[in-house]
Amino acid sequence: MTFLKRYLLPRLFQYLVVVFVGTTIVFISTRLTPADPVQQTIQRITAQGGYMDPAAVEEFARTLRELYGLEGGVLRQYAALWRRLLTGDFGRSYTYFPTPVIQLIGTSLPWTLGLLSLSSIMAWLAGTLLGGLAGYAGQARWAKWLEGVVMIIRPIPYYIVALLALILFAYFLPVFPISGAFAIGKRMTVTWDVVVSVAKHAFLPAASLVVGGMGVWFIQMKSLASTVVAEDYVLFGRAGGLSKGKLVFQYTIRNAMLPQITGLALALGQLLSGALVVEYVFSYPGLGMLLYQAITQGDYNLTMGITMLSIVVIATGVLVIDLMYPLFDPRVRYR
Amino acid sequence: MFNVLRDLFRHDGRFAFGFCVFVGIVFLALLYSFCPYNLSIWNTVPRDRPPSAKYLLGTNSQGQDVFWYATAAIRNSLLIGIVAASLSRVIAVLVALIAGYRGGRTDRVLMSINDSFVVLPLLPVLVLVASMLRGKMGILELGVVLAIFGWAWDARLIRAQILSLREREFTKTAILSGMTSLRVVLGEHLPFVIPLIMATAINNISFVIGTEIVLAVFGLSSLETPTLGTMIYWSVNYQAMLLGIWWWILTPVVICILLILSLYMLSVSISDFLDPRTRLQVIKAKG
Amino acid sequence: MPLLRVENLKAYYLVDLYGIKRAVRAVDGVSLQVEENTIFGIAGESGCGKTSLIKVLSATFMPPLTIHGGKVIYDLGDGGTDVLALDEEDLRKLRWEFLSYVPQGSMNVLNPVRRVRNTFRDFVGAHRVGTMRHFLADVTEHLGHLGLPPEVLAAYPHQLSGGMRQRVTLALATIFKPRLILADEPTTALDVVVQRGVVQLLKKLHAEQRNTLILVTHDMAVHANLADRLAIMYAGQIVEEASTAEVFGNPLHPYTSYLIGSLPRIGDKAYKVSAPGAPPSLASLPEGCRFHPRCPHAMDVCRTEEPGLLDAASGHNVACFLHGQARRG
Repeated sequence: MTFLKRYLLPRLFQYLVVVFVGTTIVFISTRLTPADPVQQTIQRITAQGGYMDPAAVEEFARTLRELYGLEGGVLRQYAALWRRLLTGDFGRSYTYFPTPVIQLIGTSLPWTLGLLSLSSIMAWLAGTLLGGLAGYAGQARWAKWLEGVVMIIRPIPYYIVALLALILFAYFLPVFPISGAFAIGKRMTVTWDVVVSVAKHAFLPAASLVVGGMGVWFIQMKSLASTVVAEDYVLFGRAGGLSKGKLVFQYTIRNAMLPQITGLALALGQLLSGALVVEYVFSYPGLGMLLYQAITQGDYNLTMGITMLSIVVIATGVLVIDLMYPLFDPRVRYR
Repeated sequence: MFNVLRDLFRHDGRFAFGFCVFVGIVFLALLYSFCPYNLSIWNTVPRDRPPSAKYLLGTNSQGQDVFWYATAAIRNSLLIGIVAASLSRVIAVLVALIAGYRGGRTDRVLMSINDSFVVLPLLPVLVLVASMLRGKMGILELGVVLAIFGWAWDARLIRAQILSLREREFTKTAILSGMTSLRVVLGEHLPFVIPLIMATAINNISFVIGTEIVLAVFGLSSLETPTLGTMIYWSVNYQAMLLGIWWWILTPVVICILLILSLYMLSVSISDFLDPRTRLQVIKAKG
Repeated sequence: MPLLRVENLKAYYLVDLYGIKRAVRAVDGVSLQVEENTIFGIAGESGCGKTSLIKVLSATFMPPLTIHGGKVIYDLGDGGTDVLALDEEDLRKLRWEFLSYVPQGSMNVLNPVRRVRNTFRDFVGAHRVGTMRHFLADVTEHLGHLGLPPEVLAAYPHQLSGGMRQRVTLALATIFKPRLILADEPTTALDVVVQRGVVQLLKKLHAEQRNTLILVTHDMAVHANLADRLAIMYAGQIVEEASTAEVFGNPLHPYTSYLIGSLPRIGDKAYKVSAPGAPPSLASLPEGCRFHPRCPHAMDVCRTEEPGLLDAASGHNVACFLHGQARRG
């Protein structure tokens, strides 16, 4: 019972705080900008030609305001935003009218989640494992060499890596397809053909996310593992003649991994941001592409919906990881 | 101070690399003052020419010299980076100071909000704001907007440093011997905090430049102004890759990589140097 | 043949940072002998090199600590083996069954994410493959011997008190009844009541298992209680080595005199004096005898030559020009 109280409740509370702060930030930043999405939309329409008499424009503006949840004073708008979030109804998309925003997001989200979760988990695993081994090896030549290589890749943002990958492997050496999630014309059935097609298309975006993302975990884990290797219990284990495998995995990596798990939780937000951009670079039909379309079309509802949803998805992801942490660290589990 | 830099340069390859490359890039940015073209006008030179003696990095589809455009792009990107990094330093330090020195409830509330900023995917929010401000943002506005989202992580770092400083012996000694709190903060603590601020600032510049590129790629940056990001945007827009005008897109990508890499090397070597464990070893070795 | 013979051992830490190269001479020409079935104490201040010495003796040292000369010879019944010349596989056979090591700071010696019984499984499993059936029974019995209840096995280290953790560590170290135990500061960071318990335990184990114990601590009271022979270490070298009674009753080296003289005695209200100054940094040692800057009896020769360890009186070795003209080779 105390575990529940001591560990669970503060985490749940923080979850709510994150969602609250996120929603408020979105609200404040959109209100603070001098731009008015309603005016922008109207301008866009009138710019495309055609005349609208002032009364019709007024009527249109009012409809738009309601559509965008911008009716009434500031507090009313804030409440409207919360209502949208809690009911999951973000109105209808301007670009794909009259499809509700939530439906559009529903179609694109699985692609993004699939790409994102798979590649971030793989990047984390690869980085942590290699970093742990390198940290244990300490001064070994291969460890230093690997660290040098990784250090060069690490600071480069995913999308640049993605761009480079695209240029190299889809343009200069046309090994992989340039865009899309699967070959045009195929239906989404579970056949080997389709699976291969999906895999082929997902490979480059996933690979750039993994290679680009692995660096951070590698460097952090190597540093953590180096510290753990110098700890007394590893020394004791070595003095006791324990096998190297046991020392590396059960003694070093198991302990050094703990801050890495926390690190993963903290980085989820950035991972999502990176994934969105990479999707755009590869024209991968996930949230990233949807967001791009929303921006170019000035689709306020869709942009808003994607933003709010990202916040919830990330906050939930962080909570899940936080809740799994006690499984790995008995010090938190028992007091 | 100079000795420190010289030691770092001579014995840490990363610092040497980062320093040289960064200075080179800054040099290019300064070169912009000699730019013979007006970059807001198109078609000042023939279009789509590959690199040659006349046009060092070729020309783009808008009829501009890629080399000189790049110098302007570097200059503007650096400016945005510096503006944003400075502003976010101020916010980070303020938050860290208040949370670190006040402690208690203020600290907990601030950190709770801070952590939300760290965890939240700020890109969608940034995109939302930028899409509303589209077309109205100059470099300075862009810098300000980017600053608002980059302070949280560093605020935590600085706060941790402050907390550890508070607990040190010399702080208690200073206060017990009658120093006012302000003097303790400014005189005793600041020398430890400033290097940390510098190291995080360098990191932040990298981050801001990267984020600007992201915004530009989505078409949300200040599109008429040459920056590394807008350069990539325009080249993608004009299908440079598919049309074989690779020099237009490769230039900003390569410069971006070099810039970010050199900044990273600088920040890593500086923070290694500042790391108390290495410093202790240096002091011990000096005898 | 003595169980352990150390010949002119030199082990340094090599530091190379930002162009500054230094050698920290933690163990600088140490020679000693330890007979079987005795308790041998090594005493000295913090930073005199005793932990590094133990690390070398137990062959658990890692870079930047490197060997610069000397031998560490154990009598394994084969006429003597230099442990420093063995490879990792051979060393593993030695570990725990012949020689076990209790590191400093037993607070942190147990893997925090593993239950105690799994840690035992690790250690036992590394040396006795198969016959793990009786494992639990054997370990529980062994623990009981050291005064630990069987519930300890299911616990994680952080759930145990400091004293219990120390006992668990000792239990681990003695599970195969090794012939030699190297203990580094086994009583430090424990309160006096627990300290006494640990000292009694060590005595009991020594009497029952008839093993050899090399004990490193700065706490002279523990040496007085346990050690048969005592070596005093200063700035990386042994400066005096004799039976405990001799060291306490008749200290020959000026440093030892200060050490013994500073110990409180019941009823003795005389003013206590400790050696002036501080021990030298192991990275920049003084010329000649390392103690001469603080020695009240320093002579000219002390400033230029290093004294060697010399038998001054039947088994009482001392390195000081006051008691002999041996020079360090």
